[in-house]
Amino acid sequence: MKAMRDVWGDKLVELGATDPRTVVLDGDLGNSTKVDKFAKAHPERFFQMGIAEQNLVGTAAGLASVGYVPWTSSFAVFFTHRAIDPIRMLVAQSHANVKIVGSYSGLLIGAVGKTHLDVQDLAIMRAMPDMTVLSPADEAELISMMDWAQAYDGPVYLRIVRDAVPDVFDVDYTFTPGAVYRLREGTDVAMVSTGPQVSRVLAAAVQLAEQGVAATVVHVPCVKPVDEDALRDSVAGHDLVVTVEEHSIMGGLGGLVAETLTATGPSPRIERIGINDTWGESAGNDFMLTKYGLSPELVSKRVLSVLAARVPS
Amino acid sequence: MMDLLVTLYFEELRVDPSDARAEDRDRFVLSKGHAAIGLYSVLALRGFLPLDELATFDKGDSRLQGHPDVTRLPGLDSSTGSLGQGLSVGVGMALGAQLGQKDFHTWVMLGDGEIQEGMIWEAVQVAARYKLSNLTAIVDRNGLQQFGLPSSAETTLTDRGDRRDPWFGVDLAAVFQAFGWRVVEINGHDYGQIRSAYKLARAGDYEGRPTVIIAHTVKGKGLSLAEGVHTWHSIVPTADDFEKARRELEPDELEILDNNPTSKNGAEA
Repeated sequence: MKAMRDVWGDKLVELGATDPRTVVLDGDLGNSTKVDKFAKAHPERFFQMGIAEQNLVGTAAGLASVGYVPWTSSFAVFFTHRAIDPIRMLVAQSHANVKIVGSYSGLLIGAVGKTHLDVQDLAIMRAMPDMTVLSPADEAELISMMDWAQAYDGPVYLRIVRDAVPDVFDVDYTFTPGAVYRLREGTDVAMVSTGPQVSRVLAAAVQLAEQGVAATVVHVPCVKPVDEDALRDSVAGHDLVVTVEEHSIMGGLGGLVAETLTATGPSPRIERIGINDTWGESAGNDFMLTKYGLSPELVSKRVLSVLAARVPS
Repeated sequence: MMDLLVTLYFEELRVDPSDARAEDRDRFVLSKGHAAIGLYSVLALRGFLPLDELATFDKGDSRLQGHPDVTRLPGLDSSTGSLGQGLSVGVGMALGAQLGQKDFHTWVMLGDGEIQEGMIWEAVQVAARYKLSNLTAIVDRNGLQQFGLPSSAETTLTDRGDRRDPWFGVDLAAVFQAFGWRVVEINGHDYGQIRSAYKLARAGDYEGRPTVIIAHTVKGKGLSLAEGVHTWHSIVPTADDFEKARRELEPDELEILDNNPTSKNGAEA
């Protein structure tokens, strides 16, 4: 299994080879995010913008306006927090053809802690008009999303992670904006997730099956825009929906699901699993998944306890 | 700023109102987006929009938003208004021209107040690093910001200098020079000096430095009720103010009215 950052770096090299409009702007993290591959392959179209993310985004907007397809690379948090104003005005409001790639999103970023991890990016970027927000579950989906983003003329936020993630889709997977994927069918609970957390939710579903609980698993790769009818259909028939995300429980996937399911009448009970209004810390992946309740074991345990607490109807 | 804009649009900028999105046009970014009405007026005089559309400024559904909106009006090259962002966009445009070997020039109008924003200095550093001699920043150096003004009884209530000129005690030209920019200082109301500075800027610099034109201006120049008065940053003129201004400005103003894009400089040929 390839680390997601290597998948992204290699695919970027390919996009650079097939489309001369492709340029990459790095915020001095190229050897972490793996855009160093692009710097090596296409040095004339790689720009080391230094530790100055606002200007990085503004420069990308300028390059887009004269016909290039800029892919910007830094840790997610430095885009969604530090450079949010230029993203807001120069990219989103201007409908600039800039692809903002937030690397090292979520909790599992290699033990650098609160400053460098981002568990609010989906909430922030979802609230941004004109922005497309993508959260791939695996390698095949990331590659397909990058092809789609390269061809799409407009702003995109792509949330990726540092490490390897298990395959969820076949290699011939083709991303469709707004689509929602029902990856497993069950009758007792519907679990909705996004990004690399999806494979942990699929593993949780296997553990639940061992306990006699049949879970539906849904993946929402395009957090915005989303096909709302498809999202409602994907959990139809369930009276318990559990959202699971490597992100704050406020305003991200959980927010999206709650907003969507409650918009058309009586809603199932919605339990949101994620980062519960706190900052995270510096530690290895296993510690983080355990402490913040996102490992397959802890997700399945949480679902069981919610089911157990329910009054039988 | 108006003298700078009028000279730029009528004598220097290679743009064509009948082909406002032409690929090889010069780019202009009004980074100090709060001066939008000034830009719209010049764009209207230059033929990018009907003069009577100016009356829709700041009104619902208008293409003439309070701060420029690139998605609404052809002739704009960037949305601005969030201060300190425009120079970065200009850097991207100039970098794109350099990469694609295009010979268009990129111009960015900055306010001396807005260049207090840190993002400006990120762009200043990067522009010099990539030797963007096809980029020119014009600093409208009027010494006033919304709540800051040159020395007066009001600003000397304390000795901290914080209510004064945004760059009080700072040699702005030396700062730009130290960042690797070529600096041209002019009187921003002297058309001869403005013209020469623009020619010099377009010609580029043999060392590849980007150019900054520090244009010393008087805010509200030519308008006796507003000249040098910082509160006019956000005053809405009364009907009486407007009449007075019209009487002071009108005779000269009529002479520069010209909607023919090719009559002044032939740059579009």
